[in-house]
Amino acid sequence: MLLSSIYSLSIGGYKLSLTQIYHSLTGNGDNATNLIIWNIRLPRIVAAIVAGISLAVSGAVMQCTLRNPLASPYTIGISYGAMFGAAFAIIFFDVGGAESTGKIFVNSPYVVTVFAFIGALMAVLIILLLAKLRRLTPEAMILAGIAIGSLFSAGTMVMQYFANDLQLASMVYWTFGDLGRPLWVEVGIMTVIMVFSLIYFIYKRWDYNALESGEESAKSLGVNTERTRLWGMLVASLLVSVNVAFLGIIGFVGLICPHMVRIFMGGDYRFIIPISALFGAILLLISDTVARTIISPIVLPVGILTSFMGAPVFLYLLVKMYKQ
Amino acid sequence: MILSVDGVEFSYKSKKVLENIKFKVDKGDVVSVLGINGAGKSTLLKCINRILKPKKGAILIDDFNLNKLNSLEIAKKIAYIPQSVNGNYISVFDAVLLGRKPYIKWEVSKKDLKITSDILKLMNLEDCALRYTKELSGGELQKVAIARALAQEPRILLLDEPTNNLDLKNQMAIMKIIKNISRSQNISSIVVTHDLNLALRFSDKFIMLKDGMIFSEGNNEVINSKNIQEVYDVNAYVDNYNGIPIVVLV
Repeated sequence: MLLSSIYSLSIGGYKLSLTQIYHSLTGNGDNATNLIIWNIRLPRIVAAIVAGISLAVSGAVMQCTLRNPLASPYTIGISYGAMFGAAFAIIFFDVGGAESTGKIFVNSPYVVTVFAFIGALMAVLIILLLAKLRRLTPEAMILAGIAIGSLFSAGTMVMQYFANDLQLASMVYWTFGDLGRPLWVEVGIMTVIMVFSLIYFIYKRWDYNALESGEESAKSLGVNTERTRLWGMLVASLLVSVNVAFLGIIGFVGLICPHMVRIFMGGDYRFIIPISALFGAILLLISDTVARTIISPIVLPVGILTSFMGAPVFLYLLVKMYKQ
Repeated sequence: MILSVDGVEFSYKSKKVLENIKFKVDKGDVVSVLGINGAGKSTLLKCINRILKPKKGAILIDDFNLNKLNSLEIAKKIAYIPQSVNGNYISVFDAVLLGRKPYIKWEVSKKDLKITSDILKLMNLEDCALRYTKELSGGELQKVAIARALAQEPRILLLDEPTNNLDLKNQMAIMKIIKNISRSQNISSIVVTHDLNLALRFSDKFIMLKDGMIFSEGNNEVINSKNIQEVYDVNAYVDNYNGIPIVVLV
């Protein structure tokens, strides 16, 4: 991860030597280098690491608590809830904008972020309420997530249908997961939430192992399975919601990282959680470095790249692991 | 006396599944719970383990009322092996170590590791300690489940059809293990089974359930033609082979 970070710091539209990076990081760099490192590349790298950890770990926990290998922020509708919230803010607060070059941007990004967060939380809360009040099984929670995702998706499409060109372009732009958006303050918020969530998940690793051995076995080991599921889902969803709100939608990291770790490390959550975190961080960091440099000077949103890479890898895993 | 079940009742919505269940179990005894499908056998085990909460009645272990204990404290006294035990991608050692869950705070202790190693040795599972449980046979998987239950250091072992889906040799082996452990570790075992002959061979006490109530309870004399006819609605007689009672269906 350190090597990837250093490489990512050095590469880009303006290449930096190791000496320049060292001087800048130790407070002795020139203004131009400092600007590139401290204001552009470093927040982006830290955001990639934090988002990679957050998405991978919450994917792992969701897959355990919902007892479904296909559980992810996508499948339980969090991403669609956030998309709906962002579209709502863009339409009703008219925060879409375009530069003279035609490049789309979002005015008042915090308005969009807050609404995206509310949308994501709405999706989560509906599922958790259904789970709590109607005592849904983990399998039914996944199906409820798909239904809610579909509902939010339909709501977004209605707004897109009535949006003007600029609003429509802003909505589409927002859905591209982009690590270039957050500033240090947002990266700080994401980091604090990630650290607390990660500590919670690591503390609960034995409970997740017990859940994997079956509902009744887990109960007989003293695990309050309903409470463990609800809190696991709630913390994982909050973590994802914050990330989606600040960065947009970055697909497949939450789905693929835990699967890859399971293939190589087995099904023990003492290892799945920390190694998924590490793997997620490295994967997103490398993906973003590639996205920044592959058709430089144009910077691709990392969400496009993770989806491009993730889909074939996931199909390969499905064929390999689940063939009859 | 280690376990006392006193007037336990349970219902799923309006349907009564268990009614006024009363019995006692002594230290080191193997008790077989018998009856047709739907008689309430599995529900009884789950009520004893508080996986299900009885509507009425009390369950006492060493004179402690289970109602006053939390789930972790119960897990230190009662271990439960469900009907279907599945393997996954976790090593046999770690699967057994999971039995220490009620005792683990943040990290496993040396004591947890030692108990796990000792149980693997006791159960002859040392050779497959590093294999994934997914790769095990049905018999081995059941042994791992028993080993994990033992790692809880329980006073009572509850087993729901432990010989289900096993071949004859493994059925005998598993029941022998249950019997030996109960004797050597002073653990009382309550076994739900459909196999009257295995029950007769390995149990000290028998509880026959019918329509959620105890129909008959006692030593092997309760397994007789009349009771089998009443409980299972089949004709059978009990014969004797080298001193071992056997049920012969007519």
